Amino acid sequence: MVELETTQGVKTLHKIFLEDVYSIPGGEKIRLCQQCGTCSGSCPTAYLMDYSPREVIAAFRAGMLDRVLKSNTIWLCTSCYSCTVRCPAGIKVTDIMYELKRLAIKYKSWPSSSKNPAMSKIFIDHVHRFGRSYEAGVIGQFVLTQKPSLAWKFKGLGTKLFLSGRMPLLPKSIKGKDEFHKIIDLLATKEVSQ
Amino acid sequence: MTLTYSYFPGCSSEATGKAYDISTRAVCDKLDIELKELPDWNCCGSTSYFSIRELESFGVSARNLAIAQEVGGMDLVATCSACYTILAKTNRYFSEDPVLHETINEALEAAGRTYDGNVNVRHILDVIVNDLGCETVAEKVTRRMTKLRVAPYYGCQATRPKGTFDDPEFPTSLDHLLEAVGAEPIYYPVKTKCCGGMLMMTQEDAALRLCHELLKCAQDNGADVIVTTCPLCEMNVEAYQKMVNKAYGTSFNIPVMYFTQLLGYALGVDSKALALQMQIVPVENVLAKVPA
Repeated sequence: MVELETTQGVKTLHKIFLEDVYSIPGGEKIRLCQQCGTCSGSCPTAYLMDYSPREVIAAFRAGMLDRVLKSNTIWLCTSCYSCTVRCPAGIKVTDIMYELKRLAIKYKSWPSSSKNPAMSKIFIDHVHRFGRSYEAGVIGQFVLTQKPSLAWKFKGLGTKLFLSGRMPLLPKSIKGKDEFHKIIDLLATKEVSQ
Repeated sequence: MTLTYSYFPGCSSEATGKAYDISTRAVCDKLDIELKELPDWNCCGSTSYFSIRELESFGVSARNLAIAQEVGGMDLVATCSACYTILAKTNRYFSEDPVLHETINEALEAAGRTYDGNVNVRHILDVIVNDLGCETVAEKVTRRMTKLRVAPYYGCQATRPKGTFDDPEFPTSLDHLLEAVGAEPIYYPVKTKCCGGMLMMTQEDAALRLCHELLKCAQDNGADVIVTTCPLCEMNVEAYQKMVNKAYGTSFNIPVMYFTQLLGYALGVDSKALALQMQIVPVENVLAKVPA
């Protein structure tokens, strides 16, 4: 099991991060960050983040990625790609956030307030089962297991969606589930977050 | 001449985004665009999937591309902007990265498939505006949407990260399409701002704040209706208005439609065939403004 509590552990994290980021096409551009802050200024959720996108890269350079993994930052990224299109150095900031999400999963390190890892897991489980996402199942399972408070808030909306035909109660499955699983199983063995 | 494409409906087309699928098919039928649904398509690879398990999601995504190649290699058209971005991203990384190319093909071969990297991934807005063209659309309009003030909401992933068919931050293709059907695209400076996406489930305060900004800008600039190009945007901006109102003390009740629904109406398609009854905020007042 990988861990973050020792100096060696943090160094290993740094090394894995760098290797993975460099494997993204254009990933080596992370070296070109000049800390201008355009990413943070463009981010629609930076105001809620423990570390803004600019600070994430600063933390990486300071060898303090372990702090980022424990922060709420990466789970607030909405994948809007504003940082990525505006970065004057061409750094794929969104992809860096994805990489950090994967590392957080690998290290089992995220703030207890963040429900996104649970949401992603429920989503992936549904895709594994049906080959497609099944919205009522994903949302239902998420609300019941992670955020029961939402059940009350969503009651009226859920009813409306159901009545207007936008929330079918039965999932649709793909036919080629066997071959679908062959693809996933083979790639799962090579995945970084395993 | 009929334009022919492979069509990727995406998972939301079977639930919250049903009206997008229904209206897209109806519009394409009117415009002589042939959409051949991709046989046995699966999840696009999705951001929720991709951000946690990258390789697996590339494989999931690539199965769709491999099937698109098998059925003739026509351009693969997605309606959902998130599906579009993920499929296009898989396609791009697949071509740029020889190691990934090999790994993915190894997995596809285990499933009896293969992919060369030659299918183009397209967004339905791109196809209508750039392949068919606004002039052709204008010629087929039977109900000009005169007097209708429309906020063109592109969202994030129709144009970002790559800006393949329009500017990543200040796109205009939807504006031009709205003009072609006689409507007035309003000044909408937040047109590519984020709706909050999946945060609506996991951190709704953050998502509600973003939706509030989108709704307020539409209202301040006198929009009769907001049109969207993505099922997640549509859902967030339309269905959560009550929750926005509660959080911000506002009283928004702004109709939101898929751009294909508005386009279909202008082309004379019956409102039922555009699934207009599925909208949460009723659109009757919007359509009543259109001269008969």
